[in-house]
Amino acid sequence: MRTAIFMFVGSLFASLPAAAQLADPTVTINEKFSERIDIGISTNEIAITSDFSGADITVFGAIDRADELLLATFAYDIVVALEGPRQSTTVRRKERVAGIWMNRHSIRFEPIPASYSLSSTRPLADIANLMELAAHDIGINNVRLVPTGVVGDGSRLTEFREALRRIKQSDGLYQRAPTGVQFISKSLFRASVRLPANIPVGPHKVRAVLYKNSQFVMEKVIPLRVVKTGLEQFIYNFAHANSLAYGLVAVLLAMLTGWLGSLIFRKN
Amino acid sequence: MTIYLPIAELSVNIFVILGMGAAVGFLSGMFGIGGGFLITPLLIFYNIPPAVAVATGANQVVASSVSGALAHFRRGTLDMKLGLVLLVGGLAGATVGIQIFSMLRRLGQLDLIISLLYVVFLGSVGGLMLWESVISLRRAANNKSVSMRKPGQHNWVHRLPFKMRFKRSKLYLSVIPVILLGFGIGILTSVMGVGGGFIMVPAMIYLLRIPTNVVIGTSLFQIIFVTAFTTVVQATTNFSVDIVLAWLLMIAGVIGAQYGVRVGQKMRGEQLRAGLAILVLGVGIRLGFELVLPPDEVYSVVSGSFGF
Repeated sequence: MRTAIFMFVGSLFASLPAAAQLADPTVTINEKFSERIDIGISTNEIAITSDFSGADITVFGAIDRADELLLATFAYDIVVALEGPRQSTTVRRKERVAGIWMNRHSIRFEPIPASYSLSSTRPLADIANLMELAAHDIGINNVRLVPTGVVGDGSRLTEFREALRRIKQSDGLYQRAPTGVQFISKSLFRASVRLPANIPVGPHKVRAVLYKNSQFVMEKVIPLRVVKTGLEQFIYNFAHANSLAYGLVAVLLAMLTGWLGSLIFRKN
Repeated sequence: MTIYLPIAELSVNIFVILGMGAAVGFLSGMFGIGGGFLITPLLIFYNIPPAVAVATGANQVVASSVSGALAHFRRGTLDMKLGLVLLVGGLAGATVGIQIFSMLRRLGQLDLIISLLYVVFLGSVGGLMLWESVISLRRAANNKSVSMRKPGQHNWVHRLPFKMRFKRSKLYLSVIPVILLGFGIGILTSVMGVGGGFIMVPAMIYLLRIPTNVVIGTSLFQIIFVTAFTTVVQATTNFSVDIVLAWLLMIAGVIGAQYGVRVGQKMRGEQLRAGLAILVLGVGIRLGFELVLPPDEVYSVVSGSFGF
């Protein structure tokens, strides 16, 4: 499934009054610079259908009031991140007890993005320094992992954080495409971000961040909803809202299937 | 071709699921078992969250045991009265089991306990069955008569009070061990997502000395209701029954079972029991290795509703 395409017209942004920009919570601006970035996607809703096997989202955007010379020398960098809904997350560690591997230690983290798909013009390390990236929560290694509750042995925290990032990446939920953002003209760019097949449903957000000579210029956020549709949505709602009826239907379906099976094959 | 499971909330390959269902259906038809002890580990192995695998496994067993119990009912090899007494204990056990299940899930030890139970039960039952069937196979080879039941020989079970007459089984038996057996199986059903036939059948034959011909039908009869009850309770307390997954497994399972039955009919009783014993033991050993061998990843992440 490929989702595209909405073209953003760069000049539209310039005509907006400045006050409106400041009041907009989806925009963060470094006032030192005059450049602006805006993005658009064809849809604000991704439907998970029964044959859903992941999706590529194409985000289009433009840099406005860009310096021609700097554009030509590739001084601008763009990072596009797709962040999933926040879920509180627990990491557990197995240890050997009496010869058997079992969960012994756990650390609970404050809600973190369930998924995180990153796309950028260059590898993040080339775009800005670590402090700068961390300040704006950019990059898999800068997703904030704040422990909650009783942490106990704090010396293990780093290991647990690394494990969480590692597992999220091996599950395909956290991923990056270091050259996924490409300029299609001088100031227009296109970014592909990948939605994995196991994408969590709920409110996601697309964040686009503009850097100029390794300095933060502006961030723009637009929402994206991932929803179940049709039968999947109906089954999910039914199972949660009328769980007793759902359970009974599941049992009746099983009995019916078993009965029909024995009926059809009875002669043999 | 992928299909999205609305409750497990992930996409799976539909042919893998159908293949699993058919293979387990084939074996369950061949050996006269529900197949829950095979399907639940297979689903967990295929990355279905354990909570969903257990609850959906119970749902799938409803279908296969209805199929089997109907066949036994037609042949008159089902003791309804005995089945109902077993069921009394079974429903009580399932109720307790669900509480244990939810508690273990909160503690983060559910997968460990499920694996341990599998290893202990599959290992011991499989080992005993293999031992028994090797002895009968050797006897059969020496042309001696093979008898599962030794009439007239009583054990401590037959000295208990509250006796009841079970006509179809030609038995006069205390209800206490029957209810206790049902209770134990009920707990296993809700914690492990199995029907428990692989434990109940040998226990009925060896412990309660119920005639072999009514044992499978009767155990299937009570399994229908205990797994049905477990399905409903799992659906209401843990929201973990995936009807799409269950239905795919059932369809493939019911078809696979028909072919399994045909193959099973061509085999001798001792051969079947030896085959089942090897299967049960094999699954037990496989799961045992997983517990003992160092895992590739010692960390695990829990987020969302079904993580562990």
